[in-house]
Amino acid sequence: MGKTIAEKIFDAHLRDEPFAGTKVLDLDRVLCHEITTPVAIADLVWRDKDRVFDNTRIKAVIDHVTPSKDSKTATQAKILRDWARRHEIKDFFDVGRNGVCHAIFPEKGYIRPGFTAIMGDSHTCTHGAFGAFAAGVGTTDLEVGILKGVCAFREPKTIRVNLAGSLPAGVYAKDVILFVIGQLGVNGATDRVIEFRGPVVEAMSMEARMTLCNMAIEAGGTCGICLPDMVTVDYLWPFIESEYADKEAALADFRKWHSDEDAAYDRVLDFDVSKLDPQVTYGFKPDCVKPVAEMAGTPVDQIYIGTCTNGRLEDLRQAAEVLKGRKIADTVRGIVSPATPKIFNDALAEGIIQIFMDAGFCVTNPTCGACLGMSNGVLAEGEACASTSNRNFNGRMGKGGMVHLMSPTTAAATAIQGVIADARSL
Amino acid sequence: MKKSFGGPAIFLDRSDINTDEIIPAKYLTEVTKEALQPYCLEDLKLEGFDPKGKKLHKAKVVVSRQNFGCGSSREHAPWVFEVNDIHTIIAESYARIFRQNMFNGGMLAIELPKADLDRLFALDAEGNVEIAVDLEGQKMKARTGGKEESFSFEISPFDKALVQAGGWVEFADARY
Repeated sequence: MGKTIAEKIFDAHLRDEPFAGTKVLDLDRVLCHEITTPVAIADLVWRDKDRVFDNTRIKAVIDHVTPSKDSKTATQAKILRDWARRHEIKDFFDVGRNGVCHAIFPEKGYIRPGFTAIMGDSHTCTHGAFGAFAAGVGTTDLEVGILKGVCAFREPKTIRVNLAGSLPAGVYAKDVILFVIGQLGVNGATDRVIEFRGPVVEAMSMEARMTLCNMAIEAGGTCGICLPDMVTVDYLWPFIESEYADKEAALADFRKWHSDEDAAYDRVLDFDVSKLDPQVTYGFKPDCVKPVAEMAGTPVDQIYIGTCTNGRLEDLRQAAEVLKGRKIADTVRGIVSPATPKIFNDALAEGIIQIFMDAGFCVTNPTCGACLGMSNGVLAEGEACASTSNRNFNGRMGKGGMVHLMSPTTAAATAIQGVIADARSL
Repeated sequence: MKKSFGGPAIFLDRSDINTDEIIPAKYLTEVTKEALQPYCLEDLKLEGFDPKGKKLHKAKVVVSRQNFGCGSSREHAPWVFEVNDIHTIIAESYARIFRQNMFNGGMLAIELPKADLDRLFALDAEGNVEIAVDLEGQKMKARTGGKEESFSFEISPFDKALVQAGGWVEFADARY
C-alpha cells in the first residue's frame, strides 16, 4: 500500500508513538506571533524552563495588532520582542519589517516541501501549499514546540479533492475554496488533511495555492496540502539555489514527497470547476456559500481587502484591475492591507497602491487588522463587510457585525457598487 | 496541576459553537488566564442563555452538540472555561485544535454519540442536572431530581494520559 504526502512527512519526522495512533513529530518550524505566544513564554518562565529547542527553527512576528494600539498590546509585543532577543531568534519581524505571519514566513522561504510546522494560529494550514505538513495549534502545543521541538498528532487521514477543468475568467482560488467548504461543511474535514490535486491546482501560482490551503481549517481540516512541483521550485529558488545543481534537481528531490498512486484516502471528492461562478458567504459560518448572483444587491458598509487569505500581490493586482479608473460608492468605506512590506513595496512600484487610493481606499500597514476585529477596521453593531478574509463568525469583525467572504475581485466590484456585485457584470 | 471533573451542567443546544463566541478576540490582549474570567461565552446568542446568568456561574460542565470549539486556535477558549471552574465539556464532536487544547491543559473533552447526547439533553428539561465523571472507568452518571442516566465514553489512551499527567507540558517534559 502506498502513502500520501502527509503520511510520508509523518514517517520522516516520527520521534515517538507513545500510544497506537498518536504520532509525536519532530518540528522543522515553530512559528510565533504576539497574541498566542506570550502566555507560552510566561508559562515557560514560571516553570523555570525559559529555553528554546533551536533558535534557527523558531520564527516570530508581531502581526495581529501592529503598531501596538494600547498598553496591553504593547505588553504582548514587548514580551515577544524581549524573548526573541533573549534567545537570539534572528528571524523576528518587528514594526516596519513585519507582515501577516502566513504571508511573510513563506515569502522569506522558511517553508519547504516535506517540512513540519506548527504555529499558535489556526490558519497555519496555509503553508501546506508548499507540500509541508503545517498545523494550527494552541498555546500549550506551541509551548512544548518551543521547548522540545515536538508536537503530537493523530494518524493523518487524508481527503483528496481533485479539481478538474480550468477556472473561468474572473473566478479564482478563493471561489474554489469557498465552494469546496460549502460542499464539505464546517466539520467535514475534522482530523483530516485536505490534499488538493488536479490540473486546476497545477495551474495555480503559489499565492493561489496558499489561498486554497489557508481555508482548509474552515472545513475543520488539520492542514491543506499541495504536491510540490516546478511552481514551488520557482518560488523557492532564491532560497534553495545553493542546495541544488539546478531546478530539475530540486524538483526531483521534492517529488519524493508526492503521494503514491496507490495511497489510501479517507475520501476522494471530484469537482469540475470549469463552470464555477464567484462565490460569496451569507450567514455566520464559512460553509454558508452561494454564487455571487444570489447575493447580488446585498448592501455592505465596509470593504476589506487583505489578510493571510488574500493580501498577497496577485490578490491586490486582481482587485486593482477592477478598481482602475473607478471610484468606490459613497456609501461604503474601503480598507486595503497589503500583507507584507515587500508586497506593499511591489504594489507601490506597480502603481497598484495609487489605483486603490484614487478609488478612495484607505491603505493600511501590513497587519491582520480588521479580520478579527482586534485593531483597525472594526464594524459597528448592524454593519456588514465584504471581506477577502477567511472567517465570517458572528461578531468576528466587531460585535453585532456581519462578514461576507469573497475574492478580491468580487470585493472590488462590491466596493464600486456599494452592494455585493459580480465583477463580470460591471 | 490535576483537575477535578463533573458537577452542575449547563446545556448549549446548538452545533458549531465557535471560539469567537466562547471568548471574543478583543480579549486576546490579556496575558493571564485569570483576566479572561468575566468574558466566558460573552458573544453566544442562544435562546434562554445568559452569559452573565446564575446557570453559567454555577456550571462546572458544558454540554453541547457537534463541532464544539470550531474556529481559532486560541487556547483562551479552554482557559476561559478553566478559570470559571469548568473542566469538563461533553459534546457529539469537537474541532481538532479545541479538543487538543482541552486535553493539553489536563481537561476533559468527552465525546458522546448522538443518541446518548439526546438522552442527556432530555434530562435538562427535568431540572438542574448534576454530572459525575469516572475517568478511569470511562463512565458518567447524570442526575436530576429522582432521575439518573448512565453513560460510557471512549477516550484515546493518549488523551487519557494527558489528563492523568495534568497536561501536555507535564507529559512531554517527563518523556522528551
